[in-house]
Amino acid sequence: MADLTTDFIGIKSPNPFWLASAPPTDKEYNVRRAFEAGWGGVVWKTLGEEGPPVVNVNGPRYGAIYGADRRLLGLNNIELITDRPLQTNLDEIKRVKADYPDRAVVVSLMVPLDEDAWRKILDRVGETGADGVELNFGCPHGMAERGMGSAVGQVPEYVGRITEWVKKHSDLPCIVKLTPNISDIRQPALAAKQGGADAVSMINTINSITSVNLDAMCPEPMIDGLGTHGGYCGPAVKPIAMNMVAEVARWEETAGMPISAIGGISTWRDAAEFMALGAGNAQVCTAAMTYGFRIVKEMCSGLSQWMDEKGYSKTSDFIGMATPRVTDWQHLNLDYVTKAEIDQDLCISCGRCFAACEDTSHQAIAMSDDRVFTVKDDECVACNLCVNVCPVEGCITMRRLSPGEKDLRTGMIIPAEDDKRTWLEHPNNPDGDPLTCISRGQ
Amino acid sequence: MTNSPQTPGVVAERLQATVLAENFADLHPPLDAHEAQVAADRCYFCHDAPCMEACPTDIDIPLFIRQIMTGTPEAAAKTILDQNILGGMCARVCPTETLCEEVCVREVAEGEPVQIGRLQRYATDTLMGANVHPFKRAEPTGKRVAVVGAGPAGLAAAHRLAMYGHDVVIHDAKPKPGGLNEYGIASYKTVENFAAREVDWLMQIGGITMETGKTLGEDITLDGLASDFDAVFLGIGLGNTNALGIDGEDLSGVVDAVKFIADLRQTDDLTDLPVGRNVVVIGGGMTAIDAAVQSKLLGAENVTLVYRRSQDKMPASEYEQQLAQSKGVHIIPGVAPVSLKGEGHVAAIELAYTDENAKPTGETFTLPADQVFKAIGQAFEEVAGLDTDGRKIKVTDAGRTSRDGVWAGGDCTAGEDLTVVAVAEGRDAAEDIHASLMG
Repeated sequence: MADLTTDFIGIKSPNPFWLASAPPTDKEYNVRRAFEAGWGGVVWKTLGEEGPPVVNVNGPRYGAIYGADRRLLGLNNIELITDRPLQTNLDEIKRVKADYPDRAVVVSLMVPLDEDAWRKILDRVGETGADGVELNFGCPHGMAERGMGSAVGQVPEYVGRITEWVKKHSDLPCIVKLTPNISDIRQPALAAKQGGADAVSMINTINSITSVNLDAMCPEPMIDGLGTHGGYCGPAVKPIAMNMVAEVARWEETAGMPISAIGGISTWRDAAEFMALGAGNAQVCTAAMTYGFRIVKEMCSGLSQWMDEKGYSKTSDFIGMATPRVTDWQHLNLDYVTKAEIDQDLCISCGRCFAACEDTSHQAIAMSDDRVFTVKDDECVACNLCVNVCPVEGCITMRRLSPGEKDLRTGMIIPAEDDKRTWLEHPNNPDGDPLTCISRGQ
Repeated sequence: MTNSPQTPGVVAERLQATVLAENFADLHPPLDAHEAQVAADRCYFCHDAPCMEACPTDIDIPLFIRQIMTGTPEAAAKTILDQNILGGMCARVCPTETLCEEVCVREVAEGEPVQIGRLQRYATDTLMGANVHPFKRAEPTGKRVAVVGAGPAGLAAAHRLAMYGHDVVIHDAKPKPGGLNEYGIASYKTVENFAAREVDWLMQIGGITMETGKTLGEDITLDGLASDFDAVFLGIGLGNTNALGIDGEDLSGVVDAVKFIADLRQTDDLTDLPVGRNVVVIGGGMTAIDAAVQSKLLGAENVTLVYRRSQDKMPASEYEQQLAQSKGVHIIPGVAPVSLKGEGHVAAIELAYTDENAKPTGETFTLPADQVFKAIGQAFEEVAGLDTDGRKIKVTDAGRTSRDGVWAGGDCTAGEDLTVVAVAEGRDAAEDIHASLMG
């Protein structure tokens, strides 16, 4: 049986599934329920500085995007950091950590861009016994208007400076939570690293408007006739988050820096994918908010089963295994030629592949009078769209042409497998070196 | 309550009124908005969709389902009604399991088609529930068209002609319009007086006058109509029923299934309707199934449906057969009636096993029967002055008969005797009439 325990920057937890800093981790009551359900750790909902607590709107805080049968695909929120008194949270953190010493309890923090403010709150957190801190440089709504959250995360210089203060005033492991609302995620990650951060976590929520009420002509969630952008999360953001994790994991300046993955993780498989790309653990919010805490049982059993099947005895066996396979377009093998193939036994003759290819792509699928669909190898560019729109899994597959076979579309004879040609060796590359370019006689 | 399913003879009130009401409730309750969304989401929006090809009225099914999915069932209804003005009724009575849903790629792939019929009902009910009539009558043309028969073919023709600005007079022998929609379809398929409500809704186009109680050959004649109107459309259906031609057919208790179904549809109180303890239905089509199922629902103790060929040859769809069996109807295929026995009133039916050619083998058996419904097909009544194809009115192209200026469609012409086919024929004849009148 696979060992799911993880050690993330010295913080141990019985499994890699943590609840992200969000409403599920706002109170002792919730966190105790989460730990009873089996969560490996929590990042406590963001604490602010001492003083009158923040206030939230009293209308709807969430907006949603649905798939079929109201399956929640994306959630947007305009909730701020904790609106409970600082001391209340600190007392609860201390009690919970004492009762669950084997679980990870990390405290999320967001205070103004002022060293003294950070020093003060770090002193208080240090007394709780918490395992670490996460710096919330990500929330894109509300607090950003006050110079915190993503307003910090979008300026690498601020990220670095605050991280330095935190490391100076606290011995706790420090995770910097990054905002995706930036053009190059690597820059704040590098700033965090240079500031001394032990890890980054990503992604925080994405600036978003989930829907517009066409009767009221107002974005939703609607607060008395007005709406504002919120932070988007849930399954819909996973592809964006995975790319950002991979960017940081593979960039030489940031490679090796521990990453805590966040962004639409709903199942064990999602978590495994993020971890394969280099994340050390997985933080979850929307899935728990949709289905409750019990989902962690599926996550643990699924990850464990898959690890057993693959022969991984511990999570570190597969963390980062896919990172080296993330590359730039220019390094892709242009002599790798595939053609779509339709399994006529599986085909249900819906014709979606035909419509997609005929209307929007390469006219590479033929349709007979009796609704038999076949691929025209001399037109197929192997774009994969037919595979993606086909409702039957496994019905359309891509067959790789073998060395010596002729690509009927280009006339090229497929070279031996080790005889690869990327854009860098392609004769059409104006920046290529004519002496090393390889022509296939097309 | 004095009677029960075991009470001998043909009696009313075998079941309590509450049970009867439950038995005759909507066979397929309407989808609610969320159910419709979920059902619509299963549609793959096929290219040149097989369902559309299978629909006799060529409704763009993937389009209307997508319109439901995007929250515009009213637009979906318009898509349906553009092709089939009786789309509401067809959603209820079409044998979708042998038409659109049979060829749905999800039926082929998973044995579970998209619920096209119920989605069509959701769309049309939404629009009709709001009493919206999304068609506008064109400027009057001054042309007058007579329609004979207010069934699906006649109504479809009349609506299309009225929409083009022609003045239409519909004549029907029965006291109410609707034809078989009103008189011939099982109650649980068209509850809450839907047939009549649909006619009222259809008439909102304007320019249609309804003349009920007018029988062709008695109150009106084809010659008369031909001289008084610019064109005539006949959608007169099949006036007669086929006879068994066996001993005892004239015993009381031996009745046409269509009569029983019509009585059932027109009754105000199901507890008033007598039904036998031992009911035998002869035939294998939809009418036979409808009569058998409704006998059972009325409280008959034993209902047996006898059909002379093997069960797989029954014209009623497999779904209909299963429906009957699930309600407790006993289907005996491969038997033919030999004689009906009884003193004044039928008491038993003698049946013979048949061979693969449906010919009696000689081996017989007898079933008790105090009520026998004949459902072996309706018969065509000839119309003076029109050629027939041997069985029905002969038509070419879009319903042109052998007489100039006279068109025909629906059950009185060749083609499957289905509501949806009648609508298509009425619609297409109307298009042809319009082209002829304005040409």
